[in-house]
Amino acid sequence: MFSKLFGKKQEEKTQDDLKLEQSLQKTRAGILGRIGSIFQENEITPELWEELEDILIMGDVGAATTQELLAATRTRVEREHIKAAKDAYLVLKQEMVKLLQTDEPLHIEEPRILTVVFVVGVNGSGKTTSIGKMAAYYKRRGKKVVLAAADTFRAAAIDQLKIWGDRAGVEVIAQAPGSDPGAVVFDAIRASQESRKADLLIVDTAGRLQTKYNLMKELEKMRTVAAKQVHKAPHETLLVLDASTGQNAISQARAFKDSAGVTGIILTKLDGTSKGGAILNIKRELGVPVRFVGTGEKIDDFAYFDPVSFVTGLVGD
Amino acid sequence: MFESLTDKLQSIFDKLATKGKLSEADVNAAMREVRLALLEADVNYKVVKEFVERVKARAVGAEVMQSLTPAQQVVKIVHEELIELLGKPAPLNTSGPPPHVIMLVGLQGAGKTTMAAKLALRLKKNGQRPLLVAADIYRPAAIKQLEVLGAQIDVPVYSAGVQTPASTIAKDALKLAREKAYNVVIIDTAGRLQIDEALMQELEQVRLVTRPADILLVVDAMTGQEAVNVAEGFNARVPLTGLIMTKIDGDARGGAALSVRQVTGVPIKFLGTGEKLPDLEPFDPERLAGRILGMGDVLTLIERAQETINAETAAAMEKRLVEGQFDFEDFLEQLKQVKRLGPLTDILAMIPGMNRFAKEIDPMMAQDSLKKTEAIINSMTLQERRNPDILNASRRRRIAAGSGTTVQDVNMLVKQFREMQKMMKQLGLMGGGKKNKGKKGRSLPGQRGGFFPPGLSDLFGGRS
Repeated sequence: MFSKLFGKKQEEKTQDDLKLEQSLQKTRAGILGRIGSIFQENEITPELWEELEDILIMGDVGAATTQELLAATRTRVEREHIKAAKDAYLVLKQEMVKLLQTDEPLHIEEPRILTVVFVVGVNGSGKTTSIGKMAAYYKRRGKKVVLAAADTFRAAAIDQLKIWGDRAGVEVIAQAPGSDPGAVVFDAIRASQESRKADLLIVDTAGRLQTKYNLMKELEKMRTVAAKQVHKAPHETLLVLDASTGQNAISQARAFKDSAGVTGIILTKLDGTSKGGAILNIKRELGVPVRFVGTGEKIDDFAYFDPVSFVTGLVGD
Repeated sequence: MFESLTDKLQSIFDKLATKGKLSEADVNAAMREVRLALLEADVNYKVVKEFVERVKARAVGAEVMQSLTPAQQVVKIVHEELIELLGKPAPLNTSGPPPHVIMLVGLQGAGKTTMAAKLALRLKKNGQRPLLVAADIYRPAAIKQLEVLGAQIDVPVYSAGVQTPASTIAKDALKLAREKAYNVVIIDTAGRLQIDEALMQELEQVRLVTRPADILLVVDAMTGQEAVNVAEGFNARVPLTGLIMTKIDGDARGGAALSVRQVTGVPIKFLGTGEKLPDLEPFDPERLAGRILGMGDVLTLIERAQETINAETAAAMEKRLVEGQFDFEDFLEQLKQVKRLGPLTDILAMIPGMNRFAKEIDPMMAQDSLKKTEAIINSMTLQERRNPDILNASRRRRIAAGSGTTVQDVNMLVKQFREMQKMMKQLGLMGGGKKNKGKKGRSLPGQRGGFFPPGLSDLFGGRS
């Protein structure tokens, strides 16, 4: 009964699932991967729970979420009279999946004349790279994609996006460095609707720390510009989060949710070692689901996020 | 709410401070909280364990039990141990013959390229002749980014396209530096994971051909537990000589700095404190530890105030204050100066004891309230600003309409202004606001009389 959730046969796994699992293999060799080995023992002992707690904290899961996850798992283990450690392991993984699942569908592929997606995040989280990969991802799925270079602040950000646009084979709408990002959004929407006849417009924004009031206000303005031109735009606002971020991930997600209306997360640089634990926190604290993961430096190192594959990849089968 | 490490330790020690003497159990309770707070601040698990043990050993000892104010003593111990852990500040390595090579290494997105330009600007200001080297041949437009930054600060950038191997670029740049007498060469390397074998080999090669005086690891202040692995990974392949912590201007608690410092043993050299190129500060352990402990960072505030506030205007205003001639014009000027200092919550957080208030003030509300106040004063005529007594009902209605506020808002501001005026006069009578310039003391900026009128904080707190 426990294996049902994790019992996907190899052939049922999608390309995305496989990519996600592969990229997390290094993670498994790291800290959270030790979880599997501590459940190798036959008996469930208090030491096992303590060890689990240590590992979760070291994996950036966060003290509060760690406590909650442990409590939920232990309660179920006791209530369901589970004796074998390997069954308790499955309970733990199911509880982790529960922390990550969402009922809210992703609004990008809904039938609509033009879908507008904003991509936001702190400096250096990997926004431009993720946008390049995302453009290629949706182009493969038959969408006509246009990119808007609304990071007009950082040196060479526009050039960087243009290179990614070339790689993905999509057009980039840009103005001169230093121009008003709101104006870039306006132009890009006009161009997408009129001459380019695009289905999907992805807007690259400048990196900003969530504590910078004026820059967060600027995001609000850009959203207003989009909403005036396209009904209900932006349809998704994705926060790009570096997987090696620690507990500050919560602060970032909260601030960007409040002022930029973040609806989902792109987790980047997931090809490192002890990474991604912080993500368990965010869904629990803020209800923002992870939508995509970036798993490497190549253009197709990008996958749709599936909680079951993620947990399997994170802690092992 | 998500509390910062400062807030957490503050609340722990607030609890301790209310008690007379500390029992061993008290210390244990506090230490549990310290441990949790440090973990939430991304300090590495093992580092936290050691740290807490050390503090506990000292805190439960006789030293604390016999002291008169045990709570203060514990704070002091934690503070001292934090400073100890953070280590001594260290300058750039300038031994050996020039050109001195500085190699910046780190993960993708840590902020190496920006930091290279910041260091170059700093060195240039110190009279050096830096050369920037674009050795990131992988990230799209990384070379262009460094070139744009170099142009901004008027420092030459050596690049050789994306086809040339990084070690060749570094070698050629060094040759150029010798020919053209650049005495510092700053190499911006590509971001990489410490487990990426091919790219780590590249770093080793760059190191071999350039023999850097400094290899600095650039670490994002937001990094989690992974920071330790990153630092160990890089240190094993290219022996680090220092650390630079970036994005410290966010609300990340920067526990990674503690961890990285502890596992590598190399000193923290600089902090990146903003997006602009002059935003670079030498690392100061006392300051950082003080900030972590909620002791405030008055030194930073005073420095920033000195940089941003026009000394002449401040002196003129001080005179008017002492003479009791404080009007709405002065008030407006003060508001502008305070605004120039940065976000309000940042300012409050730097003042000892004010950190708790900073948490309670909604920054958005406070900024909006500031804006509203400015709008109201801007809607007054010069005559009204100079002489608020003439503000009758009709004038107030006009001001409200002109500033997009209500008459109540205007009334409230006038009332608050009167109270401030009264307090200023009292201060003037008491002989306050005397000049203590040139004495870079630890006094509160509010006591200098130049800015931060008493009651100004009421204005923000009152409405938010």
